[in-house]
Amino acid sequence: MSFLEAVRLAFATIRVQKLKSFFTLLGVMIGVMFLIAVVSIVEGMSRYVEDDFAGALLGVNTFTLRRGDGGFGPRSDADWREIQRRPRLYKPEVDAVRAALPRGLVSSIENMTFAYASSPLARPKQVQVVSAEDSYFTLKKYKLTSGRPFSPQEVTLGSKVIVIGSEAASHFFPGLDPLGRELRIGGSPYTVIGVIEPQGSVFGFSLDRLAIGPYTSPLARVTNPRGDVRALVVQSPNPVVLDAAMEEVRTVMRGIRHLSPSQKDNFAIESSASAMSFFNELKGKLIAFGTALPAIGLIVGALVIMNIMLVAVAERTREIGIRKALGARRRDIMRQFLVESASLSVLGAALGIALGVGMAKIIAAVSPLPAGVALWSIPAAVTLGAGVGIVAGLYPASRAARLDPIAALRQE
Amino acid sequence: MSDNQFPDAMMGTTGEYSLSTTAERSAVVQAPGEAPGKDWVIVTRGLKREYDMGGEVVRALRGVDLAIRRNEYVAIMGPSGSGKSTLMNLIGCLDTPTAGEYWLNGLLVSKMSDDALARVRNKEIGFVFQTFNLLPRATALHNVELPLVYAGISSDERRRRAKAALEQVQLDHRMDHRPNELSGGQRQRVAIARALVNDPSILLADEPTGNLDSQTSEEIMKVFENLATSGQTVIMVTHEPDIAAHARRVVVLRDGVVASDDRRSVFKQSVGLA
Repeated sequence: MSFLEAVRLAFATIRVQKLKSFFTLLGVMIGVMFLIAVVSIVEGMSRYVEDDFAGALLGVNTFTLRRGDGGFGPRSDADWREIQRRPRLYKPEVDAVRAALPRGLVSSIENMTFAYASSPLARPKQVQVVSAEDSYFTLKKYKLTSGRPFSPQEVTLGSKVIVIGSEAASHFFPGLDPLGRELRIGGSPYTVIGVIEPQGSVFGFSLDRLAIGPYTSPLARVTNPRGDVRALVVQSPNPVVLDAAMEEVRTVMRGIRHLSPSQKDNFAIESSASAMSFFNELKGKLIAFGTALPAIGLIVGALVIMNIMLVAVAERTREIGIRKALGARRRDIMRQFLVESASLSVLGAALGIALGVGMAKIIAAVSPLPAGVALWSIPAAVTLGAGVGIVAGLYPASRAARLDPIAALRQE
Repeated sequence: MSDNQFPDAMMGTTGEYSLSTTAERSAVVQAPGEAPGKDWVIVTRGLKREYDMGGEVVRALRGVDLAIRRNEYVAIMGPSGSGKSTLMNLIGCLDTPTAGEYWLNGLLVSKMSDDALARVRNKEIGFVFQTFNLLPRATALHNVELPLVYAGISSDERRRRAKAALEQVQLDHRMDHRPNELSGGQRQRVAIARALVNDPSILLADEPTGNLDSQTSEEIMKVFENLATSGQTVIMVTHEPDIAAHARRVVVLRDGVVASDDRRSVFKQSVGLA
């Protein structure tokens, strides 16, 4: 009997017993469904982190000099205390670092916090408050829908001007042109001079509920009350210059702080690449744990198929006897039952793929996680399904193949 | 051994094939290890089959010597426990003997492996069972196609030959029906079509009328008669003397050995049918 013949026979058998076949493949279906869903979500998350998170929040070809790292990755209590003992970063250090930076690099002080802002027209609302320099807009590639960014002069003067995000604009000045109006933060009024175009959100966190003012303005009392510099953001036109600049900054900082070669850095230089390395580690763990549970489902599915196939062999003993009497060899019977269990399992896997993709799409629709179906997961699931079916069918099929035709024919 | 020692099967004046004589049979049986001539379809020499039933050895066959020539129509008869089922399983290559030789169509099958026996069953033997043994979920046509599936024949060719075989038993109008939609006689005719479809050396029937009423039995016997007349070697295992009496030659088994091996007329006289 040819392979194609066996497949045709298997599907004929499956069709005759639709309900029973469905329950048989349920285990594999659910296993594959969750497998596809988990892989899709993790895959979507990683793409999200790479494209949006790293790009939007940290910036491409950008590094940040700060006291401690940005908080990506696990941190022990000891690490935490070590960071607390580090000296803060102050303006003179930042100036020295800047002086050492190669030409062509854009840099800006970035002090960031969350604070309540208010206007006469709306309820107070928490916004992300940033005090920075004029170069910050170039660095962040912010485009303004109206108004203008603040100028170097305003930074020098410490003018009480502010540029706000689109969501802040629509909340505090509903239906109005916010330009020239006042927004109060930390008790001081700031004149709105520009509105940034919508930036979207990351992990459900809006990037448009934003207010940026000069770091020399009273806003600094809100963002960095101790008078230090929270971070210096440096952007280079290409990754090669970036790496050189990071080394340069490290050398200068160690010099300023009089660190001996045996001492570790008491400051942090962080790039989007270093944040990604942590995420990639996390992704590996997510995939491992996320697939372990559906894998258990697949094992259960395999056991169900094995059971049902054993029952099928018992039920169809006479059929096996007839086939053997008519010239079926052991391998023919073996193939018939293996193909049948593999077909069941692949069918289950196919349904599981469809449902898993559907589930991923639903999750993408109702949550901020964009689930991206990894194309490799589909052939992988089909192969896995066939493998599960073959492994599960091996024992029942070999039992069927070894049946004695006389005894099999005698069975009622 | 050369073939010309025995005359080829000849058509008798009545349109029937001539039977082998007792002398010819004993000559071919008493040559252990030698391949019989090609016109001998079945030759068994001292065929023994013992079963181990929980430590107790049951000797079902105690040395059966049997020779059947091509085109013969033979009934194997015997009361229950005479070993006729065992003999039929051995002749049908479903089982292998404990001792002795079995030559089927020039092949020594008593020493063959499982898979080789499956090939022999597929090519050389057409089974007809008491309980029909059709696949319940398959149509008549598909049932008849089954031996050809295992012979590795293409589906178009299979269909053509299965249809022809069903026509031969006058069932081509019922070929898309499943066994449960057919009468007992029709089922048995489907089974006969299935047995003939791969052009076997022997048609081996095990109590072919056991599940049929007497009228249908006659009908089936008519089919066998026609097949035998057209030259098909037919071996029929039965315990009913009046069914056995349809064959040209009747072999009677008793206690695992051949008790008598006579032409029909002699057999009929001995059981008082004539």
